[in-house]
Amino acid sequence: MMTALHTKLYRELWQLRGQVLAIALVIAGGVAVCLMSVVNYSSLTLTRAQYYAENQFADVFATLKRAPRHVAQRIAEIPGVLRVSDRVVGAAKLQVEGFSDPISAQLVSIPQGRQPLLNQLYLRQGRLPDARHSSEVAVVGSFAEAHDLQPGDTIRAIINGRWQALRVVGIVESPEFIFVMPPGSLLPDYQRYGVLWMDRDALAAAMDMEGAFNSVLVQVDREHTVADVIDHLDRVLARYGGTGGLAREDQVSHRYLSDDLEQLRTMATVFPLIFMSVAMFLLNVVIGRLIATQRDVIAVLKAYGYGNWAIARHYLQLAMVIAVLGLVLGSMGGLWLGRGLGEMYMEYYRFPRLLFQVHPGWFILLTLITLSFAFLGSWRAIHQAASLPPAEAMRPEGPARFRITLIERLLSGLRLSQPSRMIVRQLSRRPGRTGLSVVGVALATAIILVGNFQFDSVSLMVHAQFARVQQQDVAVTLTDPVNSAAMFGLVRDPGIRYAEGRRSVPVELIHGHRRWRTVLSGMPEPAHLQFVIDENLEPVSIPEAGVLLTDYLAEGLDIRAGDTLTVQVLEGERRRVEVPVAGTTSELLGVGAYMRLEALNRVLGEGPLVNQILLNIDPAEQDPVYERLRLMPGVLAVNIRETMLDSFYDTLAKTFLTFTFFNSLLGAVIAFGVIYNTVRISLAEKGRELASMRVLGYTSREVGHILLGELVVILMLGIPVGWLLGQGMAAALVLSLQTELYRVPLTMTTQTLALSAAVVLVSAIASGAIAWRRLVRLDLVAVLKTRE
Amino acid sequence: MPDNTVVFRTRGLTKTYRQGDVEVHALRGVDLELYDEEMVVLLGASGSGKSTLLNILGGLDVASSGEVEYRGLTLSRASDRELTRYRRDFVGFVFQFYNLIPSLTARENVAAVTEIAQAPMAPEEALALVGLSERMDHFPAQLSGGEQQRVAIARAIAKRPQVLLCDEPTGALDSATGILVLEALEKANRETGTTTVIITHNAAIAAMADRVITLSDGMISGEYRNPERQDPASLSW
Repeated sequence: MMTALHTKLYRELWQLRGQVLAIALVIAGGVAVCLMSVVNYSSLTLTRAQYYAENQFADVFATLKRAPRHVAQRIAEIPGVLRVSDRVVGAAKLQVEGFSDPISAQLVSIPQGRQPLLNQLYLRQGRLPDARHSSEVAVVGSFAEAHDLQPGDTIRAIINGRWQALRVVGIVESPEFIFVMPPGSLLPDYQRYGVLWMDRDALAAAMDMEGAFNSVLVQVDREHTVADVIDHLDRVLARYGGTGGLAREDQVSHRYLSDDLEQLRTMATVFPLIFMSVAMFLLNVVIGRLIATQRDVIAVLKAYGYGNWAIARHYLQLAMVIAVLGLVLGSMGGLWLGRGLGEMYMEYYRFPRLLFQVHPGWFILLTLITLSFAFLGSWRAIHQAASLPPAEAMRPEGPARFRITLIERLLSGLRLSQPSRMIVRQLSRRPGRTGLSVVGVALATAIILVGNFQFDSVSLMVHAQFARVQQQDVAVTLTDPVNSAAMFGLVRDPGIRYAEGRRSVPVELIHGHRRWRTVLSGMPEPAHLQFVIDENLEPVSIPEAGVLLTDYLAEGLDIRAGDTLTVQVLEGERRRVEVPVAGTTSELLGVGAYMRLEALNRVLGEGPLVNQILLNIDPAEQDPVYERLRLMPGVLAVNIRETMLDSFYDTLAKTFLTFTFFNSLLGAVIAFGVIYNTVRISLAEKGRELASMRVLGYTSREVGHILLGELVVILMLGIPVGWLLGQGMAAALVLSLQTELYRVPLTMTTQTLALSAAVVLVSAIASGAIAWRRLVRLDLVAVLKTRE
Repeated sequence: MPDNTVVFRTRGLTKTYRQGDVEVHALRGVDLELYDEEMVVLLGASGSGKSTLLNILGGLDVASSGEVEYRGLTLSRASDRELTRYRRDFVGFVFQFYNLIPSLTARENVAAVTEIAQAPMAPEEALALVGLSERMDHFPAQLSGGEQQRVAIARAIAKRPQVLLCDEPTGALDSATGILVLEALEKANRETGTTTVIITHNAAIAAMADRVITLSDGMISGEYRNPERQDPASLSW
């Protein structure tokens, strides 16, 4: 039934519509971010779990030099092993019609035209390669799309030094390559890196692996731990050149996806919490103000017999309507954004399909959370209204009490004009509200900052990597180490100006009970093309004796300079040697252990070998050099710095605009909510005062100074505090994002700081303009006729 | 004694405004002259149009038709900016509800006006004139109604206005306090020679004026000159 109080409620909601909408939008922002993150977290988790289950994704991955196939039987007998799938993997260089850059590819075998036991393929198009046709391949979807390959197309490949024409018969996805990353790269490169599946016999023949395997997948049962199985497996494979088993958690594709899911979880909690807190504060202020102006109304209602509860319920309904409006807007926005983000994820993650999951329970939970925040925010003001004795409520609230505060005494050196004095007193009369307004502005600034600083950081990271660390034009990775004398042959090529060799060896580093699998790199000294850098991005020289560790790795091993590190080499003679730690250095990407090339080769008991060659080439000769490198036997992969950088900035630019827009929008919603409400309430509270001043001969501009001066003070305090707060939040985020893959550096450019301030200022100007319009239209006569 | 210089002259002044769906004829043709240094009481019942007339004289409102002139300046055709300038330079206001600024002390409330005036007196001097020297650093919330109104008078006279317009200055006060306020107005008029217009519905106040104009239904219904101004202290109601 529509009671008089309901009518009052609707009319007042309409009267306050600007403020109601501003608060509802803040709530909506929180709800939308939460829902968007939760929907995607849940959808991606579910999609991945189902994909893994349907395609028998392995728990353990191991690569080795070569083992006869009967060894697979021994692996199957390891306690805890449920299923074993042995296979042949290899590397190839590809050539696609109309694309001149070198392309590297990983080849994976499938048994006799059938699905493998583990890591089964999802067939997007066409069929699996047939055992009777050795040239048939299935291609990973990312590569097929990048080159517009269809079943029936032909690509040329060099496998193990031999040219071969391959016919694409199918386009597939694999749970092993949800995130398709070239090994050793920072970013996906769908054009220059592909994964191909071939019939086992055909691949084994091409790789000289008949009757043998060099990769094995294992599924572990529930009764045993993965770590135990890996221990066993490593022992079995040691004599076959095993480089150590990887758990699923360390598998590259799985790892990247897990990191993203972790970020979604943070988003689902931290951002909404900020939004809801701001909404709580706004409800408190707006409903508090409404009740202050309606003391006489409350008195009359009580005099006529409305109970305390009826009064409380009336104002509570107001808060709840705002909350529900926010909830509805936020839910719609959240679902829409959730879909958008889901589609964006699907561009990076190669799932057969996204199971978009929306659970009704979330809405119930979100409703409860939102209503609780709204209740908490408005309760103090409502409680005061309900407990007001009618006779007291009948009297006007009386002139507001002001004091000369400490701040003003501190400012007494300055000669303040009366309007400036009014600003200072107004702000210090309600320090709590002023403080919260400042915090609100600060949070808005911080949210934009946190959203956008990641781009600064990633840019710095990439700049560090490509401008400081890797100064070569091309990095050539060899299948097997060669004598460094081979480099002299390369330098004779007219297109190559300079060559530098490196050696990298898979190792396990051991200190006490801590172990870490990584690569030990032998670097020439002095190096000219690729360096190890410190935290200032300056190259550090590799000490003559001992090993240099990334600090993240040293921490992980709990080891310091001067300590002795045990190095278990995972290839060749599998030596175990003791090396002193010469020092540590800060790197942003990856973790590494570095020695001088000669020192490394001495430790390995080998001659002057290198397995990676870095080149500086003549830009004019670029294409022929690429062509010759592609044809060169023993070359596993060719990475061109230029293309890596280009593809990175392409990716960055695409996502940058979307994310910057989105973050700025979120910040603007908060900023507008806080500032608009602050100004409107200030105008309502001071309207009479300001009109009196207009009567006394103050101009609109002078009176505006009082109203907007308050706003300027709040902004001048709020924005710098927001910058500090943003730095703090970013620092916490950076710490939580530290992984073995990268350590995001904390850096913020002036542009990012300026952008956050600009968004807040634009919101402030919009609010200020609305207030200004009302100020100019103040009815001077009406104000003087009424009692406060 | 007032001289014969005309300060305000109105001719055929009318004011019509809409209140909801009703058209209110607040003024229906007022012809009026006010002279320099005189103390005028505008007497009228509620709704007689006296506040509307005062607001138009003070530059807060504009007439629907007719002419208002202040010392040769035509207020009836002035822009908003010119009216603000006029209020700032020439007019002092005192309102029924004081309209003090709660965040400023008594002294600072007066200073709010003297800061933008051409040749003001010191705020302390103005407050001394209304007998509030002792309470200059109190905020409005710490003052009684009568004290607040005296601060408002001090504020109005501190800028040495040409005219002082008072809208029911005693309307919100008990009679004893009201008399204190009227004494302050009388003293200000006597000592500064400011043309003072007091509007009231209280006929007892009329005795303190040089001239009394009565208004009813938006028209001047009577006018007389007191042979002698009464001391406000002798008034009672």
